[in-house]
Amino acid sequence: MLILLESWMKSALQETQEYVRLVGAILRACVTRPFYFRDVVDQFEEIGIGSLTVVVLTGFFTGAVLALQSGVMLDQFGARPFVGRLVSSSIIKELGPVLTGLMLAGRVGSGIAAELGSMVVTDQINALRALGTDPVRKLVVPRVLAGFFMAPALTVVADVVGIIGGWLIAVYELRVASSLYWLSVVEGLFLQDAWMGLIKPFFLGFAIVTIGCHVGLRTSGGTQGVGRATTNAVVASSVAVIAVDFFMTRLLIPLLY
Amino acid sequence: MELSTPRSPELEEALGPGAPIVVFDKVSLSFDDTVVLKNISFSVITGHTKIILGASGSGKSTILKLILGLLKPDSGVVWVNGERVDHMTERQMLNVRADLGMVFQEGALFDSLSVAENVGYKLSEELRMPSELVRARVEEMLRFIGLAEFSDRMPSELSGGQRRRVAIARAMAAKPRILLYDEPTTGLDPITAVTVDNEIIKLRDLEDVSSILVTHQLRDAFYVATHEAEQRNSGMLEIVHADEDKVEEAEFMMLKDGCVAFEGHAADLRGASDDYLRTFLS
Repeated sequence: MLILLESWMKSALQETQEYVRLVGAILRACVTRPFYFRDVVDQFEEIGIGSLTVVVLTGFFTGAVLALQSGVMLDQFGARPFVGRLVSSSIIKELGPVLTGLMLAGRVGSGIAAELGSMVVTDQINALRALGTDPVRKLVVPRVLAGFFMAPALTVVADVVGIIGGWLIAVYELRVASSLYWLSVVEGLFLQDAWMGLIKPFFLGFAIVTIGCHVGLRTSGGTQGVGRATTNAVVASSVAVIAVDFFMTRLLIPLLY
Repeated sequence: MELSTPRSPELEEALGPGAPIVVFDKVSLSFDDTVVLKNISFSVITGHTKIILGASGSGKSTILKLILGLLKPDSGVVWVNGERVDHMTERQMLNVRADLGMVFQEGALFDSLSVAENVGYKLSEELRMPSELVRARVEEMLRFIGLAEFSDRMPSELSGGQRRRVAIARAMAAKPRILLYDEPTTGLDPITAVTVDNEIIKLRDLEDVSSILVTHQLRDAFYVATHEAEQRNSGMLEIVHADEDKVEEAEFMMLKDGCVAFEGHAADLRGASDDYLRTFLS
């Protein structure tokens, strides 16, 4: 038992060390040459535009179901007109960033781990190095930049679509006047909430992509290993989204409020 | 088009004909408890071919990875192109790799790039050459390997032999002085394997490349060692039996359990009396 625990601790520490080393290499590569601009543009499109559909659908249905559930609850206090306030503050502060993060973990984190993992097991990463290319600069940095900047942009999209989803339910299902809903949305929002909802996704995007790259680049064991890496990347980045969200919220509350 | 890494006149003289371009001195490497290489020492002479034979898992491919700096030895010294590479950082290795070309097992072509983009990768992405020069060099290399009409295909649309030949073209595009082949004919039928062997011979004899060929296919190893490329007056290229001097330029090295079990020429290997070598040859 003790031996098992020791070996688990050792491998966890090694993983952490390698992850920190990768993050260090990414930060160094972001500020030094060479820089693969075309790959950065490609990844912005792949991660940003490519994730739009899933983020829009998630945001819409989250906003809609939130309005539906809170409408029932608010009815007990005769506060149905305040449904907009509840939808906007929940989505912008918490649900928008977290659900967008989870969707990105599923779509982007797994895709990156599978792609890089396949490149590792087919020697393409070694071929890149043999051709004089640093895989961190060529493959990791463009993905990290795209994840870092596109996660907040996608979160804003999810927030807007979520509030629209809530509006549709409020107007057509709960029979709340449209103007009352929008007034309630605006009244329920404070600048601090918007900052909270905008700052967190930068860190969530960074965590999702760096975990996907780390797991992908450490793939071993052929095609079976690629499958394992993909699963590990989704699990680890999903947990990271929730954990980073908690710690960032804990950090931002005293700073913003 | 001059692409090889420039050398100082002193280094050029030191690494000229007859001088060693790759040297391993008492190199050892282990992965956890598994010893992969034990006190390996050998050298490769400029313009010559070193053919490394051995059973699977005997450490053949590891030698190529040590030359490329993809792995570091536990002990011993590795010299490549006049530079000691066993203690170099990844960044320092980039300069050494500029003069090395590597053909990986299965080719390791980039799936997302076309044949032409694979071949021109180093020229456009690393050397940042103008696109018209890249195109010209890519066309030249694809003509050389006889796959000019495949330039727009994706790697998934190629056969195993074609993938290896494209990998050879990619490795050779930037005109390195040393080419490393990791099992380039494994898994190919004999006819296709000969087309790959012919490319290795052509590059060695027409482009003056020093080669290290790792394989466990004896037929291919002897074919490369005993044939040479000749350019006829008509411009035709022919692969013919090599004369004795040329055959002497191919040195064989057999690995067994991480140690050198044999080192010598084709004739010495054929005449070897050691039981392990006899079993391997049979």
